[in-house]
Amino acid sequence: MVELRESAAEAVSQTPAKKKRSFRKWRGLLYITPWLIGFFVFQFGPLLASFGYSFTNYNMMSAPKFVGLKNYIQLFTADPEFVKSLTATLTYACISVPAKLIFALFVAYILNFKLKGVNFYRTVYYMPSILGGSIAISALWKLLFMKEGIINGLLSAINIGPVDWLGTPGTAMIVICLLQVWQFGSSMVLFLAALKQIPAELYEAAEIDGGSKVKQFFKITLPMITPIVFFNLVMQSINAFQDFTAAFIITNGGPLKSTYLIGMKLYDEGFRNFKMGYACAISWVLFAIILLFTLLVFRSSDAWVYYEDGGDF
Amino acid sequence: MEKHIVAGSLKRNRQLRKILSYCVLTCVGIIMIYPFIWMFFGSFKTNAEIFGSQNLLPNSFSFDAFVKGWNGVGQYNFTDFFKNSIMIVVPVVFFTLVSCSLVAYGFARFRFPMKKLLFGLMISTLMLPDAVIIIPRYLLFNKLGWLNTYKPFIVPAMFACYPFFIFMLVQFLRGIPRELDEAAEIDGCGSFRLFVRILLPLMKPALFSAGLFQFMWTWNDFFNPLIYINSVKKFPLALGLRISLDTSSTVAWDQVMAMSLVSILPVVLLFFFAQKYFVEGIATSGLKG
Repeated sequence: MVELRESAAEAVSQTPAKKKRSFRKWRGLLYITPWLIGFFVFQFGPLLASFGYSFTNYNMMSAPKFVGLKNYIQLFTADPEFVKSLTATLTYACISVPAKLIFALFVAYILNFKLKGVNFYRTVYYMPSILGGSIAISALWKLLFMKEGIINGLLSAINIGPVDWLGTPGTAMIVICLLQVWQFGSSMVLFLAALKQIPAELYEAAEIDGGSKVKQFFKITLPMITPIVFFNLVMQSINAFQDFTAAFIITNGGPLKSTYLIGMKLYDEGFRNFKMGYACAISWVLFAIILLFTLLVFRSSDAWVYYEDGGDF
Repeated sequence: MEKHIVAGSLKRNRQLRKILSYCVLTCVGIIMIYPFIWMFFGSFKTNAEIFGSQNLLPNSFSFDAFVKGWNGVGQYNFTDFFKNSIMIVVPVVFFTLVSCSLVAYGFARFRFPMKKLLFGLMISTLMLPDAVIIIPRYLLFNKLGWLNTYKPFIVPAMFACYPFFIFMLVQFLRGIPRELDEAAEIDGCGSFRLFVRILLPLMKPALFSAGLFQFMWTWNDFFNPLIYINSVKKFPLALGLRISLDTSSTVAWDQVMAMSLVSILPVVLLFFFAQKYFVEGIATSGLKG
């Protein structure tokens, strides 16, 4: 009886209700329209365009000319500068990212002891992260590590140096990596949040079993925070692969192109030489490296990332 | 008896660990903060003193570097650069918050066709390197005649091109109980009014975090102004600072330090007044720093 009445009511009011329902169905789309437009115009479109341009010669004066794979072939066979920038970028990422994460984890681990004044330290450590990307800090860094700079001044007090930090390939790389490591604050905050989530019972159980602190760290702490390690590793690497400002200001890619990161090569080809097609090819090699790296990390994550809920990432 | 000894040594151990921890934390803290302190005092030194002496404190506090640095080298001074930075940052932050919160509302509260796919796409753009799209973007803005204007910064902000913030706000909205929406809807409140009147006020902390991050990133940004802005008249701070680094063969480091200090001051102040939001912002959404 009730059913009958309901279906009758539905029959009577069907058209407006249906209209309303179909509007409801699309309402969400309406709200995300700005993003949809932005995505296609400023992200997806440019992504495709950049792929297309990478097979052309384009100097912005005349129309793009299709050249097939020539840009890519030239990159790897006839452009030693590019190969150098590739090695520099990989070196930079392979040193700075692990160093930063290990340091961040180390400090977060200590901050997680129930100490007084944790907030104060957290604020201090976080400071470099909010400013590190700015040109002001790059300038400061350059000044600190100059031959006559304060770092050498401090080192001379313990009879080291003077080291020509920015004039020697190896140390120049160390200097820009150090700037990266110095900005460990945001990774640290993430680690700290993850560490706080580890249930205390796990440690208590280990304590009863007589496991040492070191053992506890590797058997409990580290496995429990692998999701955050994973996240940090991916995001920090993506950023490191495209870094620009520090190398541009501090070393200008030198000495001997040892800190000539791919971001700088891209800038030089695209915005100094206006070889747009060539620059796009560079950006796609960079993209391929990032994709490959991310894929590898994702693939390997089954083996080392532990999800408590069984894990749907 | 033995028990007492064990407990005692445990306690002593814990004490020792505490002291050691504080030592490490303080050492790291000094390393973290020393460059800033050095920069602060360096800007009161003369150029000769910066290189000549190992002392942290200047011989005498002089504001010369600030005055000279502020007036710049050419026709334009730091008043212009500051104004320009503000003209970029304020609209960018405003439009980012408006567009991203609308989009986040759409993703968090509605069901619509292809939502999963679109959300996935949005998340995947988190990992899309800017380097890959920068050149076609430049070409597009060139075609539209937007180079050397602030439109390349503002228009993408209007169209929610910042997946970080969308994601962050979606996460926050998911934490607000849906019963509120339902109650409002029963009262006959339309979805837009519901958003503006009820959800937006509740989202304040998340909006504040997002706004702070966007402010900081846009303020510090160097690469984008470098390629989009080419007349000194329109230079934001980042580019203005670079002039003083570039122009002369002998860089006036005292002025560079003074102006660097001035240029980071707004961000530093904001950070100290609102650090809670910064830290919560990254802790909830995993933003990069």
